Amino acid sequence: MNLSGMFRSSRTEPGHVDGEIIRMERIRKVYDTGKVEVEALRSIDLEVRAGEFVAIVGPSGSGKSTLMNLIGCLDTPTSGEYRLRGQAVSGLDRERLADIRNRRIGFVFQNFNLLPHISSYENVEMPMLFGAVPKRRRKERVEAVLAKVGLGDRMDHKPTELSGGQMQRVAIARALAMEPDILLADEPTGNLDTSSGGDIMSLFEDLWRQGRTILVITHDLALARRAPRVVEIRDGRIVRDEQAAA
Amino acid sequence: MPRAGLIFQLFLRSSRVQAKRAVLTVAAIAWGSLSLILMLSFGEGLRTSLVRGSHGLGNGLAILWPGETGRPWHGLPAGRPIRPKIEDVALLSERVPDLAGVAGEIHNFRVSLEHGDNTYPARVIGASFAYGEMRNHIPRPGGRFLNPTDERLQRRVIFLGDELAKHLYGDADPVGTTLLVNKVPYTVVGVMIEKVMMGNYGGSEAEHAVIPITTYKAQFGRETLSNLVVKPKVPAHMKTVLHEVNEVLGAKYGFDPDDDRVFGVWDTVETQKTTLMMVVGIQIFLGVIGALTLIVGGIGVANIMYAVVKERTREIGVKMALGARRGWITGPIVLEGLSYTVLGGLIGLLAATGIIGLLAMLPTEGSDALALLGKPTLSLPIGLGSAAILGIMGMLAGYFPARRAASVDPVETLRYE
Repeated sequence: MNLSGMFRSSRTEPGHVDGEIIRMERIRKVYDTGKVEVEALRSIDLEVRAGEFVAIVGPSGSGKSTLMNLIGCLDTPTSGEYRLRGQAVSGLDRERLADIRNRRIGFVFQNFNLLPHISSYENVEMPMLFGAVPKRRRKERVEAVLAKVGLGDRMDHKPTELSGGQMQRVAIARALAMEPDILLADEPTGNLDTSSGGDIMSLFEDLWRQGRTILVITHDLALARRAPRVVEIRDGRIVRDEQAAA
Repeated sequence: MPRAGLIFQLFLRSSRVQAKRAVLTVAAIAWGSLSLILMLSFGEGLRTSLVRGSHGLGNGLAILWPGETGRPWHGLPAGRPIRPKIEDVALLSERVPDLAGVAGEIHNFRVSLEHGDNTYPARVIGASFAYGEMRNHIPRPGGRFLNPTDERLQRRVIFLGDELAKHLYGDADPVGTTLLVNKVPYTVVGVMIEKVMMGNYGGSEAEHAVIPITTYKAQFGRETLSNLVVKPKVPAHMKTVLHEVNEVLGAKYGFDPDDDRVFGVWDTVETQKTTLMMVVGIQIFLGVIGALTLIVGGIGVANIMYAVVKERTREIGVKMALGARRGWITGPIVLEGLSYTVLGGLIGLLAATGIIGLLAMLPTEGSDALALLGKPTLSLPIGLGSAAILGIMGMLAGYFPARRAASVDPVETLRYE
């Protein structure tokens, strides 16, 4: 089944299909705690092109989570320009940002963040409800993505009935549901044992080979090494941006 | 654009609240709506019985009783008693065209009534035939009130109050029998139906007997009226009509038509207005008490919804990250608050209907207090009013917690356990 074509109509700027996904210029983020201003990000320039697999690494407190929130449109920068697939995101209101998160970003969290009282099927279906996808298309799509992550036989299970690795697979299926421009994973293996963590990382590699753009944030350098491009952040600045030799 | 179907679907998929808490909340709303509906229904019952009670006396009447002049008039001194006579009833009905009816009555409080071995001291009044209709002396089936022929021929016929009939006859039907009024035989032509009555003059009507005013004059030798009963064609014109009565009688008996001491006046149109205002006041008071009880329940719903929002902060954050718009977060919460309210309201309504039904089966005979309180009545306006209050309250109880939910910051909630 040609999944990548299903949502083409909801995309914008067809000229960017093979071009840049993320373009950040001079991005700053300052948290004003009242007494002290904390500069979490100081002038970040970052470009991610379609089909890239990027690991963002850095110690805790380096600003990588802040960067992830900005890329994921959960937060807006204090200053600087952020374009997601050519569209300027910086000045948008809450509702527009919600729509962008819905259609363009697939989130994968460290603690899975599945809704515990509904089935895998319903969890994966959730973003498509927000995206007004018709019921029949939703069903096809849920079945397809759950099969893709290897959980086609766990659709009616609730998250509590799944292992950690399985929960993270459901979360990845959910992130894929809307055919986003980018998969954004924040410490996706942080709550998993080494073996399931490795499986999840392999799943990301598979997805990347199928042409997806993936951005993983982690402080685990061993995992990061499996990504072809590693960006290191320290004290709110990019200190290293390396393309591994193929 | 809010999508109702989506909001409903999200509502169905939101996690359930703790059952015990939900049950208590619904119970609070049920109790509140029960109080509101019962209070309003009792108010409605009271109003119905007061209105019916004031109708017992007769509708849109004024009762006049003669007194003395309060000011000199055309050389005559103040303090002269004015005593209209039986003939003035006809005079007034001829000269005051704005009158729908006029009746005279003469009272005798110490008359002995005898039937068989029963002797009973009672009040007998002589009254014009028009009195029956004006004062709602409605006969039981099989009987009648006095008629113009009785009056013209001075027939010895008598109409009995229902209580009086019971004293003299027990359960037997008095109509057609003969009884003695101060040893003079009269034929009973009718017995009054039982009626609820608020206020009277001279005593209970259930305990009195009425004979034609002409017959009264013949037996007791009195022709000055104890009371005049007048009824204007238009109740609102009562004041004008009363003045016209004063003009006609003033010309005949020589007093100032503006002299308000000549007749004492009981204007039932006026008192009915006052009564109704009082009843409306009572209804508002009862309604406010009921509504306050219900609001306590509403605060309960708001409370539970705040707790729900707090517990579901992560869930809300996740939905926001997945691209839920503000309305898709707030909508299901408002809907949930509303559903507790509606459920509680329905239970309250059912309970109220049941209680009102049970109360309606209680006998009220023998208790004036119960008869006056009337039956609580659940009317459509009460139902609609309660539903409106419930609805508004449910919306508010959901709205404020929902607003808090919408202010959840997904960045804060998603990262931490």
